Amino acid sequence: MNIVVCGKVIPASTVIIEIDPSTKRMFRKGVTHELDPAAASAVEEGLRLTEKHGGAVTLITMGISDATIGIRSALAMGAANAVHILDDAVAGSDTLGTAKVLAAAIKKQPFDLVICGTESSDSYSGIVPGQIAHFLGVPAVTFAKEVIVEGGKLTIKRQTENGYDVVEAALPALVTTTSGINEPRYPQLKGIMAAKKKEIKIYTAADLGLGPDQVGESGAREKVLTVGRPPKRQAGQMITDEGEGGKKIAEFLAELKII
Amino acid sequence: MSDLIWVYAEVVDEKITPITLEMLTRAAELGKAEALLLGPAPNGAAEMLAKFGASKIYRSADAVYGDYLTLPAVETVAELMQKYNPAVMLFASSFAGRDLVAALSARLDSGAIADVGDFVLKNGSVEATIPALGASYQNTSTLVSPGTKLLLVRPKSFDAKVNEQPLSVEDVPAVGGDALRKIHVKERVTVKQEGPQLEGAKAIVSGGRGLKGEANFAMLKELADLLGGAVGATRAAVDAGWVPYAMQVGQTGKTVKPDLYIACGISGAVQHLSGMKTSKTIISINKDPEAPIFQFSDLGIVGDVFQVVPQLIEEIKKKKGK
Repeated sequence: MNIVVCGKVIPASTVIIEIDPSTKRMFRKGVTHELDPAAASAVEEGLRLTEKHGGAVTLITMGISDATIGIRSALAMGAANAVHILDDAVAGSDTLGTAKVLAAAIKKQPFDLVICGTESSDSYSGIVPGQIAHFLGVPAVTFAKEVIVEGGKLTIKRQTENGYDVVEAALPALVTTTSGINEPRYPQLKGIMAAKKKEIKIYTAADLGLGPDQVGESGAREKVLTVGRPPKRQAGQMITDEGEGGKKIAEFLAELKII
Repeated sequence: MSDLIWVYAEVVDEKITPITLEMLTRAAELGKAEALLLGPAPNGAAEMLAKFGASKIYRSADAVYGDYLTLPAVETVAELMQKYNPAVMLFASSFAGRDLVAALSARLDSGAIADVGDFVLKNGSVEATIPALGASYQNTSTLVSPGTKLLLVRPKSFDAKVNEQPLSVEDVPAVGGDALRKIHVKERVTVKQEGPQLEGAKAIVSGGRGLKGEANFAMLKELADLLGGAVGATRAAVDAGWVPYAMQVGQTGKTVKPDLYIACGISGAVQHLSGMKTSKTIISINKDPEAPIFQFSDLGIVGDVFQVVPQLIEEIKKKKGK
């Protein structure tokens, strides 16, 4: 089966993300990047499915040139192919523009299943996968804690507020995976070496037939008006525990009449 | 632009969800609030919506909306939107809400704003406030596409207030056709939760990666019991399998606003902060003095949770014993 994983390469978890007040976008250039853990889980799930059913995993990502490092780690995990939409024309896209780009890139590959994380770990909107599914004309089967593919059918355990639903759809389909679904494998040396030889296909917006009315800042339906800081919480007190930490908390709670 | 604001009403566990009522309250403050209620709903659901500000309720109790996800509801909402053209439609930032907004925003080519903390009608569109990046930023956004503006609203952004409206219900026909019956719910499984729930708890004691394992949550449970509260956890602790998802506080878990939040072994990732940072009093215990959680804490103890928490438990017991 042909599996396409859509995932982001994002500033590493050790980087404190800042927003550039002039562009109103996150500072992405020049900071350390890594494959989004949500994308790594999606790649892992794809690899497990192809190990069971045959086929190959293709990673598709949209991002700046710094994204290459994350694409290489997906290839080192075992993804067979990668597509990178690398074009200043797509910078500043909103969720809808991003989904149009990714859907157009997916359509250039044969696919039975598209896997995305439920949301990226930097912007968290969580609506791009459902938008992609709409543009592909396939069902979006979301928030999977477990994925089973059998006889052209996808069955998942879907996270709910109070348990889970067993949800089924026919392939081709799009599924989103929750963060706890698996433990992504670490790339091994052999995989890392092999990844260096794999080709990363580069697309521009024009290659995908998308113009400035659809993608990039000019095509965005959502416009960020202002970027600001919320009112600061009044600084509290910090105490280094020297054997009295628990007592200090108890005193504090007593002052508040909580205990 | 009209001031008609629609709210997509959600039912979970045979109850109208609290965020539905929160959204209705805000919608009725800003304009004329109406609700859409699709799928099986408990008795008195429409009355409840009217009580919190819905001047009209469009309703279909058809099972198709419960048995098949997203597509039937999207079809119905899109048809009704075309007919009545509301200025704004609000959805809960929930599992179902996100699926619906994703599909609708693509179908209408309208885009959407996610993670909305508040909004106003302005300049013929909507201006939404978004607590971005774990609320370390507060941005405003608008939608420039024509037609109804779609917003995904964060839970606990508004207080639900009674605003009684005369009950006015219009039954709408359910959609048919196999093309919409593609995402089939075969079974619903409820996982029994033990102990007090996070929702409505006055005190929450949460644990993160620093707890190191499932067994150590017993200590937090003891502390929570003494405070009459509930136990929460970070996504890392849930992903590690130490505690169930129902206990997860954060962007992808529950948003909570207790009087007291005690964060134990939690560094304060964006993911977690966005779910708890509006708590009234925050106390945190962490080994790392640089942990971001301290910036949001009224009292921060730099120390070992395995020393500090047991001592705190003993102190509370002593005080209670008096």
